[in-house]
Amino acid sequence: MHIRNEMLRGGEAEMIGILPTFKISLRALRVNKMRSALTMLGIIIGVGAVITMLAVGTGASERISQQMSSMGSNLLIVMSGSSTSGGLRMGSGTQATLTQDDAEAIARECPAVSDVAPTHNGAAQVVYGNQNWSTGVAGTTPGILPVRDWSLASGRPFTDQDVRNATKVCLLGQTVVDNLFGNADPLGQIIRIKKVPFTVIGVLAKKGQSAIGQDQDDAIFIPLSTAQKKIFGTPFLGMVRSIAVKAKSADQLSAAEQQIGELLRQRHRIGPRQEPDFTIRNLTQMMQAAEQSTQVMALLLAAIASVSLLVGGIGIMNIMLVSVTERTREIGIRMSVGAKTWDIRLQFLIEALTLSLIGGIAGIILGVSGSKVLSALAGWSTVVSPLSILLAFGFSGMVGLFFGFYPAYKASLLNPIDALRYE
Amino acid sequence: MELIETHHLTKIYELGDSTVHALDDVSLTIAQGEFVAVMGPSGSGKSTFMNVVGCLDEPTGGQYLLDGTDIGHRGHDELAEIRNKKIGFVFQGFNLLPRTSALENVELPMLYNGFPPRERRQRAMAALKAMGLEGREDHHPNQLSGGQQQRVAIARALVNRAPLILADEPTGNLDTHSSVEIMELFVKLNRESGITIILVTHESDIAAFSRRIVRFRDGRIVSDEPVKPKET
Repeated sequence: MHIRNEMLRGGEAEMIGILPTFKISLRALRVNKMRSALTMLGIIIGVGAVITMLAVGTGASERISQQMSSMGSNLLIVMSGSSTSGGLRMGSGTQATLTQDDAEAIARECPAVSDVAPTHNGAAQVVYGNQNWSTGVAGTTPGILPVRDWSLASGRPFTDQDVRNATKVCLLGQTVVDNLFGNADPLGQIIRIKKVPFTVIGVLAKKGQSAIGQDQDDAIFIPLSTAQKKIFGTPFLGMVRSIAVKAKSADQLSAAEQQIGELLRQRHRIGPRQEPDFTIRNLTQMMQAAEQSTQVMALLLAAIASVSLLVGGIGIMNIMLVSVTERTREIGIRMSVGAKTWDIRLQFLIEALTLSLIGGIAGIILGVSGSKVLSALAGWSTVVSPLSILLAFGFSGMVGLFFGFYPAYKASLLNPIDALRYE
Repeated sequence: MELIETHHLTKIYELGDSTVHALDDVSLTIAQGEFVAVMGPSGSGKSTFMNVVGCLDEPTGGQYLLDGTDIGHRGHDELAEIRNKKIGFVFQGFNLLPRTSALENVELPMLYNGFPPRERRQRAMAALKAMGLEGREDHHPNQLSGGQQQRVAIARALVNRAPLILADEPTGNLDTHSSVEIMELFVKLNRESGITIILVTHESDIAAFSRRIVRFRDGRIVSDEPVKPKET
């Protein structure tokens, strides 16, 4: 009688649980080691490629944004115009058109501008003791530090007072310090710039390379008036080569650009149809464009890499279909002893999932070490973000589920009688 | 008490233009504890009958009651569960999972009805021991003789304590000595445990181990008679 009672409960569909199914799947994979490994290889390469490409892309854009912040954010540079000599235009900065007064006017009259640093610069030989070094010397105002987002490693900045009095003080870039002083402390020492003695009052913090690969630390800042009067000289009083301007925010960059343009046209008496005698460079915008194109590039690379992941998934599907056919009889046996539709499906799904996830983990290892090798060998900066690992892992799982489902579905639809007779 | 009742079972296959009546109005009753041999030439419908009785196939018409429950119009999964609880299969080709130990083969039916692993193991061990296969638990099918493999299959059929064993030519792949051994096992199971056994065979000396012989021809039952007790 107990038999009948059990039978009446017969409708409820209890499944066998994940763990035993997982064991069955693992065993099947172990039996065909070579085949499983080769199938995984598709996923391994796919995931590895996605992670490496994302790392290269992220590395590139991170490098650009680093350069952007080292350059100084929201930076505009006003260059004096080009001189024309016999029909040849000589390029920006060759004609002396900008003055200190222009800079002061910009600071005063352009509401979108927060800091201004007029700069009169040139190259000069610098001597300390028995060391000498050729470097860029920039005469400027205290505004240069906020404009370039630059801080001092030690000492103090020069002041407006220094600029007014043309005192002979200087701030040294790290590269200059290294070349002239080695490990000695430069503060308070006297160096000679073009034979003029200067007191070192501060050392600039290290900034690294600029976007175009220039060593930004190979520089000396001195008060503007000192540079104009004692080092480089000027064709007329108060002339500067360029004016560095910091806008109040990234949103205000174009506004600042426009305001400066209008102001300088007015001051230089240039009509709307005339060529201006100055140019305004918006470096931040250029960098942002570069960053965007890098990101597009990174996405493109990742998209191409994910095609290989897709191909890996198709490989899994292929092998799973072969596996279902090969094991038709096994499926028949399982069905005859009571395996239900989802027992069979789960068995093959877990098998596909195991393939793709183990492949995914191996691919992550490959991708991470691949990025390391790439940055070591090719010198590219690569950044493996946790998100990209998560993404690749999740994606490989999806691939396993997606491409495993059809074979699993097919297996579950087999007729047990035919499956049992299958040779 | 009747374990199997079929009323006017028909099974019709469409093969192109022609229709084949694999079962044609088969009504049969088998009580609990019987040992029945089903005989007949190939194409007689005995295999189709066994598939229907084994809940592997659904009849086109008629009614099939297993242990008092109507089997008609059941879903895939319901039939699977009925097979799991009620029926043990023994096949001609053994149908054991390759590269899988005897123990795990015997555990298989219990895997699909939620037995805890320890109980699974204990019952499988006991079933193997009852089949005289103690010490062979870890052998894979290809390390066992035909007779031993078939005994593993019988252990698998018994392990869920199903009341019915369907044996489809269980001695077809065995030598005479092993065949007799297997048949004696069936006789013992039938006598001592009261398990109902339905056996398909075309060898009359194998059928002679049973107590009732049903003969099929062209999808119909042509004879149904008890076996005279053997003179010993």
